Amino acid sequence: MGTSSAVCPPPEELTFDSLTQFPEGRKVLTCIQCGLCAGTCPYGDVMDYPPRRIIAMLRAGLIERVFTSDSLLNCVACYACMAKCPRGIQLTEVLLPLVKEQVFLRLPETPPELNKALENTLRYGNPTGESARKRVNWVKTAGVPIRILPEDPRPVDVLWFVECQNSYHPRGQDISRATAKLFHALGIDFAILGNEEKCAGECARLLGETGLFDTLMDYNMAVFRNYRFNRIVTSGAHAYDAFKYQYNQAGFSWPMDHVTPFLARHLDTLRPKLTKRLNCRVTYHDSCCLGRHNGFYEEPRMLLQAIPGVKLVEMPHNRINAICCGGGGGGMWLDTYFKAKGYERLSERRAKEAIGTGADVLATSCPYEISRFEDALKVFGWDGKMAVRDITEVLAEALED
Amino acid sequence: MDILVLLKMVPDVVEELQVDAGGKTLDTEFLRLMPNEQDIHALEQALLLKERHGAKVTVLALEALEVDQALYEALAKGADRAVRIGPASEQPSTRRAAAQFAQAIAGDPALRSADLILTGTQANDDLDGLLAALVAHELELPFLGIVVSVSIDAAGRSATAVREYAGGVRGEFTVALPAVLGIQAAEKSPRYVPVAKVRAAMKSSSIGSMAADAASAAIPQIEVLEMAKPAAAGRASMLEGPVDTIAGKVTEILTERGLL
Repeated sequence: MGTSSAVCPPPEELTFDSLTQFPEGRKVLTCIQCGLCAGTCPYGDVMDYPPRRIIAMLRAGLIERVFTSDSLLNCVACYACMAKCPRGIQLTEVLLPLVKEQVFLRLPETPPELNKALENTLRYGNPTGESARKRVNWVKTAGVPIRILPEDPRPVDVLWFVECQNSYHPRGQDISRATAKLFHALGIDFAILGNEEKCAGECARLLGETGLFDTLMDYNMAVFRNYRFNRIVTSGAHAYDAFKYQYNQAGFSWPMDHVTPFLARHLDTLRPKLTKRLNCRVTYHDSCCLGRHNGFYEEPRMLLQAIPGVKLVEMPHNRINAICCGGGGGGMWLDTYFKAKGYERLSERRAKEAIGTGADVLATSCPYEISRFEDALKVFGWDGKMAVRDITEVLAEALED
Repeated sequence: MDILVLLKMVPDVVEELQVDAGGKTLDTEFLRLMPNEQDIHALEQALLLKERHGAKVTVLALEALEVDQALYEALAKGADRAVRIGPASEQPSTRRAAAQFAQAIAGDPALRSADLILTGTQANDDLDGLLAALVAHELELPFLGIVVSVSIDAAGRSATAVREYAGGVRGEFTVALPAVLGIQAAEKSPRYVPVAKVRAAMKSSSIGSMAADAASAAIPQIEVLEMAKPAAAGRASMLEGPVDTIAGKVTEILTERGLL
């Protein structure tokens, strides 16, 4: 279960010796202490133990000191260290979750806003603490018919896993309405789980709260097994990662996709329907999960460039070098904590770059990014000058009526 | 030092509450119970005192749906013992709940010897936030409510509690132990307990149980005459339009009411 699969030792037994008995763990032996991980880490400058030092501490038998530091709370699981490691060590995927799980079990105190998000996720299946019975409420305003599997359990082609932010957050619901409109325009046979869906749990896992992740994975897997569908398509970039890399431990074997690459695969059908000229400059923010972790760099750009009148401009840091919005690995609920420590919020660092491009629209593909960047633009008084839009929203706007 | 924490399960108001067809009680179909938030603060305060003084913390709860989960979470957070008083009955009135707690404590030597009894100063199913006061009354112990911090003297004979008043005023009181304190808020936000620790507690510890004293059943429940969702008595009207128009309307309204 969780990270205690065959690729690594159970976290409570994490030592240099136990780790190196596993193929992925043995790669740690090849670390050349180059420090590229710490250099590329967006919070590397404020972290007591960036990945390079964690490996050094492991080798020296001093890993306990890392476990009892809150340094790893600063890790936003952005995959930058892993993408840059010249030895291909699975830092974000394997080593950091193992260490973070131990940190999380030992930290005497965790920030209250984070605690609340985790308690809510366990109790209500979403971090915002909304009733599980209201998860499906947005569907009433979808504007197109949406089949809800618990009400109509006939087999379906695409099971659309909407995820929390896009079910509850007003701006996330905008993404859901846009996605539904696009699926409808493409004639896709799709349905959702409605109130039976719960958070996929990936951010809890990457924060180190593996027990919560396992609980959610077991729950969602049991729900999936109640229905017949050919594939899962999710709006959650983090859910995509959870299904692709973790849920297989619990038997997940359906073909799956994220909405953005899924739509790119349907571009031939979609393109003739994109008839409205939008006439705007758009810059695209690569989501960490979709970009660095899964290599979907071109799909979102292809979609945007298929829209008449869209001029795509790039930020200085793009694709593998994109700066994280700061929302991953629990960062979504650590803004106050980061601010209290005097750190620059990553969403603000990124928003400055977006502003610098002169774009009218900052396009995104991970549900967390909308609220993070909209807030960041407000900090700079730029909210009236640049719109933050999910790619699905931009596409839906360009659809013929 | 022995600290007792009294915990009560109350309706979870995140779920949309419905009044049942009889119009006198909540519809239980979708009703979920959760620990009273301020009881969780009382537990947190007890754990903070344990960390400072090495106390033994016992959590005592009335049997209810989902109470075991709440008790295992308390054990995982650091409580030493958890006991539930059963069997479950209809949601007890504050008076009956207080009697059940007090009689359980009075009837058990290990509980009776507690130095400090902490519980939430109010709950969403209370009428007047009287549970802690009534427990103190039944046990003939001193009581302080609306407490936001607690310290214990070196000899463990008295507690100093800070009580909140309106307008940001705080009062500091010293009370001889044993005593009952109604906790408004712990000194720190209640801690999070990882799911793995709760699962470990489920494997390694067990919840004790006690039978509710039969006498408490004789205490009458409050008779509910009618339960209904609040009806809107009046509505705010929004003034819209350009600033000058709004200012004009404000002046008009104030003049109309004789305030200008």
